Amino acid sequence: MKLAELAPAELKHRLHGAGLCLRTGPFTVRIRSRIPAVEEALALLYAEHPVLEEPVFCDFTVRVFRPLGLRRFFRPQVRFAFDDTEPFKPLPYDHAFPMLEWGLNWAVTQHAHWFLILHAAVIEKGGRAALLPAPPGSGKSTLTAALVQRGWRLLSDELALIDPASGLVHGLARPVNLKNASVELLRAWAPEAVFGPPARDTRKGLVAHMRPPADSVARMDEPARPAWVIFPRYVPASPPRLTPHARGHALLEFARNGFNYSVLGEVGYDTLVRLIAACDCYDFTYSRLTDALAVFDGLAHGG
Amino acid sequence: MGSPMAADLLLRLLREPAMAAALSPDEWDLALRQARAAALTGRLAVCLREAKALDAVPPAVRRHLDAALQVASRLRQALEWEFQCLARLLAPLEVPVVLLKGAAYGAAGLPVAEGRLFGDIDLLVPRPRLREVEGALLAHGWAPMKLDPYDQRYYRRWMHEIPPLEHVRRQTVVDVHHTLLPLTARHHPDPALIFAASRPSPWAGFRLPSPADLVVHCATHLFHEGETDRALRDLMDFDGLLRHFAAVEPGFYAGLVPRARLLDLARPLFYALRYAQRLLGTPIPEAVMQAAQQAAPPLPLRLAMDRLAGEVFRPKHASCRGPFTAPAHFVVYVRGHWLRMPLHLLLPHLLRKALARRQPTAARRDGPP
Repeated sequence: MKLAELAPAELKHRLHGAGLCLRTGPFTVRIRSRIPAVEEALALLYAEHPVLEEPVFCDFTVRVFRPLGLRRFFRPQVRFAFDDTEPFKPLPYDHAFPMLEWGLNWAVTQHAHWFLILHAAVIEKGGRAALLPAPPGSGKSTLTAALVQRGWRLLSDELALIDPASGLVHGLARPVNLKNASVELLRAWAPEAVFGPPARDTRKGLVAHMRPPADSVARMDEPARPAWVIFPRYVPASPPRLTPHARGHALLEFARNGFNYSVLGEVGYDTLVRLIAACDCYDFTYSRLTDALAVFDGLAHGG
Repeated sequence: MGSPMAADLLLRLLREPAMAAALSPDEWDLALRQARAAALTGRLAVCLREAKALDAVPPAVRRHLDAALQVASRLRQALEWEFQCLARLLAPLEVPVVLLKGAAYGAAGLPVAEGRLFGDIDLLVPRPRLREVEGALLAHGWAPMKLDPYDQRYYRRWMHEIPPLEHVRRQTVVDVHHTLLPLTARHHPDPALIFAASRPSPWAGFRLPSPADLVVHCATHLFHEGETDRALRDLMDFDGLLRHFAAVEPGFYAGLVPRARLLDLARPLFYALRYAQRLLGTPIPEAVMQAAQQAAPPLPLRLAMDRLAGEVFRPKHASCRGPFTAPAHFVVYVRGHWLRMPLHLLLPHLLRKALARRQPTAARRDGPP
């Protein structure tokens, strides 16, 4: 059953009680929260995701909640608990849903060591995946959101899950995290895109999440073969430029920013070397999304 | 949730790994969560592997167990790398260095090290050589984690170790001890005995406590610490050490209680033996239990400890929490401090800590990534 098919009262009942069990790619998560904004955002942004019925095994059990006491009234806060432990400090109350998303990313990176987890967005077309590693502010999420609204499939906007055995990249098809001006840019680019309510003044500025396209969610169990590693960079008023990026450097970048590269040891190294060897690596600077789409589609149609 | 059966799930599984075949998905869900809360996921995996019960684990759970083993093996590798780095910088001092606790289990390649998470590296050095050892560490990239002058003074004046040192690049933490218990504690084990009985280790530059000393120290750590976060894990260590040395070390059990008496640590050994036997089913010869009994506290105190042990040696998880769990942890916290220092030192110290606790903790991360 999809979350969209769950009656609103039932969704609330689960979130307030034993938990809502969702599947996102290879993971099942149990979410509890009495915060209305979390309920709304889940209903909107995870509408296409499968819901599981208890009793079931879940990889992660998480909770987003308001602390008790005076904090309810004075600068209200929100807290995230992974099962019983709280890995983060509280955030302002209206960051409840972003905190859930960050918390889920954290849970995956801390536990799922059967994957090599790299810091990159992943999109796919024609069975081949592009990995977009980039520091915050490079326009990685914006580009990802734009491309998945025009024929590319979303695997993840943040976590590349590489299976060491097959070398394939697995997807999560979770909401895309967009910041600041990107939100308006995407609304103009794809009026049909669905956004959750924006959270203002987070550490990353204004944050809003875009619902993953239904097709990406429907195909979230389909892994893809990594074909390109592309370092995107948004440069105002620049023409689109796709230039080769040294493989060795790409490998070092991934190793430095990999979430569990060091946990995997030799397996991590071997997996990364094979990944890089199988990919064409590029730098890509752009200023207009139409240019970017043309370049990416060109890659997908090319040899 | 909170039912007695559910509360005991992880303990029962550790004691009888064969029951893995009969667990339902939601029981696995709870068992894994309890294991995570107790830092015992790797231990659980090893336990199931040894009982040849891993194949009965559903794949969705199995991958988490394998991941925990992967983390443990990387930490073990990091520990061994640290042994080499430390040995190189300590070699010129020609000072005897005895590894304690987890570092010793890892260096000795003991079965309890399998799947275990390694944290700080605990070293024991003779007190007169403390300054030299600290100086060598400071000269090679180690820095004090506690810069507060109060903490510095507190450690140096009253404790059995200098303030923990952290490597600025590798972030590994070294605790340099000069004895097993704080100087202010009620018991006074003589560290010279530990050095005299120590044995060479597979790692050049380091020695290991004798098996009896390792076991007695493990028991002491269990019953002298106010911190209860890892209590069940430490009791599992104790159980694993007993089972291993009983099998491989001739005369181990005969010498255990006399050794604890000599070290002035017979009481904590009594407690550890009692609760390992009761809670984990550790096979301990009756004669040893009887000998240890001589160090037992008066009956009312023992009954109180039984009650506390039943609460504290559980995973720190909501499903294991009863109405007395929180008070029990508090009592153990106070007891740990009570054993550490006399009241005229303890009260000002706790007051200071209580006030300091109002400040944000540095341990937690600054916020989400």
